[in-house]
Amino acid sequence: MEDLIIIGGGPAGLTAGLYAARSRLKTLLMERLSPGGQVLLTDTVENYPGFPEGISGFELMDRMRRQAENFGLEVQSRDIIQLLLSPDKKEVVTDKGRLETRSLILTMGATPRKLAIDGEKRLTGKGVSYCATCDGPFYRDREVVVIGGGDTAVEEALYLTRFAKKVHLVHRRDELRAARLLQERAFAQEKITIVWDTIPTRVLGNTGVEAIELKNVKSGDVSRLEVDGVFVFIGYNPNNELVKGLLELDSAGFVTTDNDMQTSVPGVFAAGDIRSKLLRQISTAVGEGATAAFAAERYLENMT
Amino acid sequence: MADLLHVSDANFEKEIVQSDIPAMVDFWAEWCGPCKMVGPSVEALAKEYAGKIKIAKMDVDENRETPAKFGIRSIPTLILFKEGKVAQTIVGALPKSDIEEALKKLL
Repeated sequence: MEDLIIIGGGPAGLTAGLYAARSRLKTLLMERLSPGGQVLLTDTVENYPGFPEGISGFELMDRMRRQAENFGLEVQSRDIIQLLLSPDKKEVVTDKGRLETRSLILTMGATPRKLAIDGEKRLTGKGVSYCATCDGPFYRDREVVVIGGGDTAVEEALYLTRFAKKVHLVHRRDELRAARLLQERAFAQEKITIVWDTIPTRVLGNTGVEAIELKNVKSGDVSRLEVDGVFVFIGYNPNNELVKGLLELDSAGFVTTDNDMQTSVPGVFAAGDIRSKLLRQISTAVGEGATAAFAAERYLENMT
Repeated sequence: MADLLHVSDANFEKEIVQSDIPAMVDFWAEWCGPCKMVGPSVEALAKEYAGKIKIAKMDVDENRETPAKFGIRSIPTLILFKEGKVAQTIVGALPKSDIEEALKKLL
């Protein structure tokens, strides 16, 4: 029997693991891929304190993993099939067997949201992308479109200007949501053109993306933009498949917790992007991970 | 890792297309974070399936021809080959168990 099982190896999970390992809780962190989470989609992290020159997403997560492992955190690569959550018994069913635990911290994170338009699925990997750092270099001297208007969309549009000759930023409103600093950079970047009040309606192409069909939400006008790549950054959906029906979720499907990260089931905590909250950042995830580990420790002490 | 082969544009035809046994190629690059998430799974599978399925990696930064030929515009992409023909293409990072399931279909 474990004291604590952490599910998910992004910033929240690794920080929870770091604190739990230092508290000498018998802790296991399970991750379906290698640890790192969505940070690995980022080229340079500029807004995590302590790195004035910025740090690569991979480097930051590699450091977080090593730091947690230095204190004895065990990280296992496992695919979880099912969770059984009740106040008295918590069980994790994995592809390699069942494990019982006295407490759980859920840090499964979120997944980039899809456009859900015609052609998107068929052309994923053939021009439709959700990761500019992975796929940007395939678009040297090509023309691409970025969909979205938040921090990620603007950051990635800026990143893509390193490769693409032209970046169209398509946003459904008449102003961006991204941080002012990012907006200023985008406005100053000659390769970026912003297409306001517009949504994509179809991705077009046979063997690869050839164009995107757009619709102006104010005038209703439909147009066609010839591009080689479509990069989608329109927010995130919570990775809540394992906890649907087991825990209280908000209307968007994120896990609700109290101030101490406790979910609707005692002894089950949630931290990071999967949690219902205002801001999803590395800096918020690590704080929640630490709180969740501390709260789990306190819960275990009160159990006995 | 001896079981994991690194292929290039130059030997792709010989090593993969003309391979006597089924093959899987992991198209990756140093700059790609998610590639590093599947890397360890691919290495482990190369060991487990040694002699049964030829498992290889191709750096798309150093090799431009082969990725272009297969229309690769996203990495990681895994392409599974049977008798020199594409049997399945997996785009994006998937857990090891999912990759293994695809591999089993090649045997």
